Amino acid sequence: MHLSYREWWTLVHGMILGTTFLLAFSGGLAGLYSLRTELVTAEGLQERVRRIKVGTTVMAITAWLTVITGSWIVYPWYRAKSPDSAKSILLASPNTADWHNFGMEWKEHVAWIAPILATTAAALTVYYGAALARNRYLRNLVIWFFIGAFVTAGAAGLLGALITKSAPVH
Amino acid sequence: MTELTAERPIDPARVDEPPAGPAAAVILAAGIGVFALGIVTTLSEASTGFADALNWKDSVGPLSGKTIVSSLVFVAAWGALTAYWRRANPALRPIVLTAVVLIALGLVGTFPTFFQIFE
Repeated sequence: MHLSYREWWTLVHGMILGTTFLLAFSGGLAGLYSLRTELVTAEGLQERVRRIKVGTTVMAITAWLTVITGSWIVYPWYRAKSPDSAKSILLASPNTADWHNFGMEWKEHVAWIAPILATTAAALTVYYGAALARNRYLRNLVIWFFIGAFVTAGAAGLLGALITKSAPVH
Repeated sequence: MTELTAERPIDPARVDEPPAGPAAAVILAAGIGVFALGIVTTLSEASTGFADALNWKDSVGPLSGKTIVSSLVFVAAWGALTAYWRRANPALRPIVLTAVVLIALGLVGTFPTFFQIFE
């Protein structure tokens, strides 16, 4: 069992940061959805709001770290001009070229929407705090930004996994 | 008591809700940031000169400029709008609608089937 330096970074980018993002999303979404004054006590509300603030902030930070490591560390290895780079391997065959021409081309751009939306959700959560429990419009707004961040990150992550399956970065 | 520059009546049931200005700022900034990403992605495909201008790091290519520009646009818009709306209480719904339209347009701009039309 051995992981190269590059494989370590793809692991950090895709698995460690990706899993943290997913966990923060699951916890944050459940917390936000049930953040209603009729469902929690005053003491419970304070604790719940604190947890949601931490969860959304972790999700936003993780989203930024994921796109930064992906675009600035892993992507240069993917797109290297050498014939054995993942991009060269994919483009060498018409059967796999679309993994780059569509898959990677979309992934490298759409991924950067996730941290913007996650940061917005986190900022709204931190700013409004307990007021989110009383105002359904604001709560739903945060939830939709949260889901938007997850969907864009999920699209990028899924494409990344499928591209790696066709042509891994070694 | 917090002084509010109200553009709509304050609901007494929500007096402890902070003014909407800073929230509106980050929501609209998100729309502007995503729209900027879509614009630079499409322009970069349409013009090799533009793509070369965004190539700030050879190993990353034009993606380096695209990501830095769109992130900076988001942060700058957030800062500027927060300064502008810091104590204001603008109606959120039209701002949210504007942001959603900008995000949708930005998303289209990042979609290869769209931006490759301009190759």
